[in-house]
Amino acid sequence: MANKVINPESYALKRKIVNILVYILLTVLAVIWVMPLVWIALQSFRAGRGAYVASLFPSSYTIDNYVALFQDTNNLNFPRAFMNTFIVAVFSCIISVFFTLSVSFCFSRLRFKWRTRYMNLFMILGLFPGFMAMLATYFILKALGLTQGDLIKVALVLVYSASTGMGFTISKGFFDTIPKALDEAAYVDGATRWQVFTKITIPLSKPILVYTALQAFMAPWIDFVFAKVICGANQAQYTVALTMWNMLEREYIDTWFVRFAAAAVLVSIPISIMFIKMQGFYTNGMGGAVKG
Amino acid sequence: MEAARHGNMKTKISFFIMGFGNMAYHQWIKGLLFLLVEIAFIAFMVLFGGHCLAMLPGLGDTAQGEVWNEAKGIYEYTAGDDSLLILLYGIATIFIIIGFWIIWCGTVKSAYKAQVMYEDGKKLPTFKEDVADLFDKKMHYTLLTLPVIGIIIFTVLPLVFMISMAFTNYSVIGNHLVLFDWVGFRNFGDVLNFGSEIGSQFWAVLAWTLTWAICATFSNYILGMILALIINRKDTKGKTFWRFCFILSIAVPQFVSLLIMRQMLNEQGAINTLLMNWGWISSPLPFWTNATWARVTVIVINCWLGIPYTILQVTGILESIPGDLYEAAKIDGANAVTTFFKITLPYMLFVTTPYLITQFTGNVNNFNVIYLLSRGDPTQVGHTAGDTDLLVTWLYKLTIDRNLYNTGAVIGIFTFIVLAIVSLVTYRTSGSYKNEEGFM
Repeated sequence: MANKVINPESYALKRKIVNILVYILLTVLAVIWVMPLVWIALQSFRAGRGAYVASLFPSSYTIDNYVALFQDTNNLNFPRAFMNTFIVAVFSCIISVFFTLSVSFCFSRLRFKWRTRYMNLFMILGLFPGFMAMLATYFILKALGLTQGDLIKVALVLVYSASTGMGFTISKGFFDTIPKALDEAAYVDGATRWQVFTKITIPLSKPILVYTALQAFMAPWIDFVFAKVICGANQAQYTVALTMWNMLEREYIDTWFVRFAAAAVLVSIPISIMFIKMQGFYTNGMGGAVKG
Repeated sequence: MEAARHGNMKTKISFFIMGFGNMAYHQWIKGLLFLLVEIAFIAFMVLFGGHCLAMLPGLGDTAQGEVWNEAKGIYEYTAGDDSLLILLYGIATIFIIIGFWIIWCGTVKSAYKAQVMYEDGKKLPTFKEDVADLFDKKMHYTLLTLPVIGIIIFTVLPLVFMISMAFTNYSVIGNHLVLFDWVGFRNFGDVLNFGSEIGSQFWAVLAWTLTWAICATFSNYILGMILALIINRKDTKGKTFWRFCFILSIAVPQFVSLLIMRQMLNEQGAINTLLMNWGWISSPLPFWTNATWARVTVIVINCWLGIPYTILQVTGILESIPGDLYEAAKIDGANAVTTFFKITLPYMLFVTTPYLITQFTGNVNNFNVIYLLSRGDPTQVGHTAGDTDLLVTWLYKLTIDRNLYNTGAVIGIFTFIVLAIVSLVTYRTSGSYKNEEGFM
């Protein structure tokens, strides 16, 4: 049993081997993860047309695809779709963050009658497939007169944000880890619950705030089923997802595939930038708050 | 009810004239607000609600008429009943009545409270104090009202609407798309029956849905956690860089990456073309045309999509584990493995059980991944459900493509039952439910 005696040299060697293995593993995985994104980025600069390619790297490069994406707005209007989605995303993000944090705070910090009953009820409701009720939602929006013209944007915001209060589980779990002693100290000093919520809980919850905001902001960019049902044939209100889906339809794919790639790159850029900024919240996260 | 037994005249009048009790005790604004609600409700019921309720049991039978107008020489259409709208308005009216009943209970309580306080000689709160209270002791009212209203209108109401559809014959069969009737539990029998056309497919789809949800959830959770721990190791350099590599894929809208993946794995797509050019395979790999291939492919691609999310989620929590726990363990002489099993894992499970459940339900309901990747294909001839179809994508196909609204609704209800059982059992046995303040 020579292993039992750990001398510093073999320990250092073992550590080195483990490190090398870890780096190899991480590199291979990172390549797998980044590859499809690189591929689509390369495609966006490919000269020519058509959807099917014979090699990984394009034979010649151009930026025409990007120019065409913004200039050729006769059939598919990408700039307009981008603005539509952006507006919807901003508003639904604000509402969602407010709803989710409010509900989580109530369930984590306040004690009131029927609290657990409400929690179970919300949980159960969250289990229904969202778009099982999609048609029903559409009829309700129609009855409210929100399925015509610019009001479709309002309808979309409502659809993406109205029920977000049910997604409280993750942030509640997070709030639960903030020491209660902090709240109690504030109450002793005469703070109201509203002040505790806005001045203590929220500032300590940046990571979960960011997570919630991120998810809410991305919903309108990702979703296309709801958007399709609500927008119908109203192309002026189409979101990015719908427009891009159209680009891959049979009648457009030949000309539009490379432009689709360009659009994919353009859509990803703003979200990536937000993401890099938000990374900071995660790296240091809320370690300080809990350590106290 | 206390108020009915011990209330004085002023309180009892509040049963009929809402807010009267409060006004009698000089809480004018509060009382007037209650009264306004009552007037609005009565106006609604008289003008609109009563009619909606009356139509609900029969769902309307008047078909759209066609009358030849001699003078103008055209057909004129008389308005017919639309069963769908009758159903929707009827249900909405029931919701409004329930909402009113809750408010009514609240006003009676408020009146009774005012009476008791007055009799005890206490000073009644002014309107200003009531409002201030909404940001302190009663803050849960303030914070929960809007989210709850949102949930009721955009989740509960549509759900009740859909559930009631399951009990009608609203489908393309027998031409019941405009006018339909209640049929009781007949649709449920059709779906559960092994022999019927829908029933035989239902069990197959259910089995695949569960397999998919379990595989997808745990592959993501376990692999993601291992990866996060590897990146978080003290010895790994460039943590931010590695994390960025993986998380980059989240930045690309999921639906874009799914469409790209589908393109790449097509029969003439990039992967097959490259492999054939390199001479590794002689014929295209059947990613979307063979059932087993398609099933494995969607699970693997789901890992590609999901693991970054797990890393994101887990990293935040790993960092929120109180540092003194580790220091204490170190002083007691615990090694890395013990620390992991005694501190990291219990803590992770405590915080992430809700996350796991969310993931599981999310996967059962994972419409996007299946529909955008495989579209449920390959589909056997004569079937409505493909081999990779989940209950939800099948439901979508049945309602949108085939107009079998009632069958779709029944499948939705079954999806819900499966989810409810699995999640409630897990949630109730999990640490974070039993001992909510365990880590406070």
